[in-house]
Amino acid sequence: MGKRWFGGVLAAAVAAAGLLFGGAAQADGHEQLKVGFVYVGPIGDHGWTYRHDKGRQAIEAALGDKVKTTYVESVQEGADAERVIRQLAASGHKLIFTTSFGFMNPTVKVAKAFPDVRFEHATGYKRADNVSTYMARFYEGRHIAGLIAGNMTKSGTIGYIGSFPIPEVVRGINAFTIALRSVRPDAEVKVVWVNSWYDPGKEGDAAKALIDQGADVILQHTDSPAPIQAAQERGVWAVGQASDMSKFGPKSHLTAIIDDWDGYYVQRARDVMAGTWASGDTWGGLDTGMVRMSDYNSAIPADVVAIAKKAEADIKSGAIHPFQGPIRNQSGELVVAEGERLDDGKLLSMDWYVEGVQGKLPK
Amino acid sequence: MGGLDTTAAVLITVVGAATPLLFAALGELVTEKSGVLNLGVEGMMLVGAVAGFATAIGSGSILAAIVVAALAGAGMALLFGILTLTLLANQVATGLALTMFGIGLSSLIGQDFVGTPLPGLDKLYIPGLTDLPVIGPLLFGQDALVYLSFAAVLGVSWFLYRSRGGLVLRAVGENHDAAHAIGYPVVRIRYLAVLFGGAMSGLAGGYLSLAYTPMWAENMTAGRGWIALALVVFATWKPGRVLLGAYLFGGVTILQLHAQGFGIAAPSQLLSMLPYVATILVLVLISRDSIRIRLNAPAAIGKVFHPDA
Repeated sequence: MGKRWFGGVLAAAVAAAGLLFGGAAQADGHEQLKVGFVYVGPIGDHGWTYRHDKGRQAIEAALGDKVKTTYVESVQEGADAERVIRQLAASGHKLIFTTSFGFMNPTVKVAKAFPDVRFEHATGYKRADNVSTYMARFYEGRHIAGLIAGNMTKSGTIGYIGSFPIPEVVRGINAFTIALRSVRPDAEVKVVWVNSWYDPGKEGDAAKALIDQGADVILQHTDSPAPIQAAQERGVWAVGQASDMSKFGPKSHLTAIIDDWDGYYVQRARDVMAGTWASGDTWGGLDTGMVRMSDYNSAIPADVVAIAKKAEADIKSGAIHPFQGPIRNQSGELVVAEGERLDDGKLLSMDWYVEGVQGKLPK
Repeated sequence: MGGLDTTAAVLITVVGAATPLLFAALGELVTEKSGVLNLGVEGMMLVGAVAGFATAIGSGSILAAIVVAALAGAGMALLFGILTLTLLANQVATGLALTMFGIGLSSLIGQDFVGTPLPGLDKLYIPGLTDLPVIGPLLFGQDALVYLSFAAVLGVSWFLYRSRGGLVLRAVGENHDAAHAIGYPVVRIRYLAVLFGGAMSGLAGGYLSLAYTPMWAENMTAGRGWIALALVVFATWKPGRVLLGAYLFGGVTILQLHAQGFGIAAPSQLLSMLPYVATILVLVLISRDSIRIRLNAPAAIGKVFHPDA
């Protein structure tokens, strides 16, 4: 056992040395930084992965031939992910972005085997000396969406299409619902889980099902524009996810919560090249530009737009917080007292619904 | 919204979910009846979807788009035919490869169409009839492809069981050596069946990108091709049961979404699994009657045909 372990270390050391000397050198002798990206969906999803790929393109645009980027799209969360990440690490990529929650364990596992490769994992919580995590405070955008939806809904029923019941998605539902009910205290949120990040047909069907049940604003935490299209067809409102989806429903698209990774990605690539990269946890919101609201639909009354814009500014300045008490859970218990704010730790592990969300959270 | 209207709305959504499955499964049924197993349905659907979408954007004609979707699916099937019927490659491996090829090819063609919206297919409107409650929008308010899918069920049924051509096709699927000995052109008949299957898969894909969710998104079939393949077995190679199966499948898919909306406390993962569980259940149930399966399953399916025999 001991001997075999030693052999493994030796093999790893040899492999690491091979990588070190085998890296792509440029004509001027300066080492070119290879940056790898692992995507959960296709770059053409017009949502989550599309925005990450924009970030990759931003690195290429900013750093030119000092970098070379590679991406692998539509990677399944699970065993396949580890193979892909390992492949990238073994082929000389010194900075690897893994852009889905389900890539967390594979990323950490591969990172142990490649100590000289820097890993950046989106939306996770496991870190190491060579593994950073980063995420955007999308829930700040959900707060804005909630304020708008509360003003636009007539039926008081909002449909919310969820992907998987993980804290990130639950946080969005809760932030939205709190803001919604601050405007319309009697409003209810119906949640339908499609158990997929990306299935246009099913997302569209979920939107139609929610509309049939009386929802007149559709929120989505999935990546295709199909719900926007369904909302447009049925004449109700919708809020886009990840990128501006207004082309798919010019009438229905109220706004979209845009992910903007460009700045972060370029900075991290620069850090690696300068040797200043350090493991950390970045959680950027409206203030850093990692979260942006797309243009507000011209059908939204000016006073509602003003409310939304003021909330944007107040969140940026810290004057308000989407999870500011009093907050009650589904059974009506006071979870966050008046004036208190939920800290990041509680936000990251959120596994309960606030008052106003219908149905039980699947565990 | 009243209960009746809701029922109608739910049923209309079910029709949408069932139609692509129906097209693809019907096509595959004819292919399999001729003794060829083409597992490339997913790939053919995707190529049909992107080709139809590109045509709709380029020409502005939905009719042309539908035709091109079918032709593109048939084109993929032709490739499959050349490999398996002329070059005698293994059908299972070739079919799987065709799916992977289709995913890649459609993504490549579709690159420029990502994020491009399309108005989508018009629905039928007959004043008076379409306005009837529930059955109005259901029977007289669908798009052309839905009616075409029903016509296809009738057409395929009639062809397979009421026409001479269908009899010959089934004979080829049962025993290609015997059919060859009598003098039927086994390979040519199988080519036609494979092409028909491809065209139907192309239509199924076209329905997705032109009517169901009028957009192009990579891999937008999301596994529907595989469901169609399962449906053929589920239906024990009978067109009428393919219709039933497709609607059952579509129904369960939509109902589980509604159940969640109504707050029925069942794990959503379990609900998402339901359609597949239903397939397995029916497979188990029907295979208890082994004779019936044997009567319907084409005996020569997947077997390579050497004409010199």
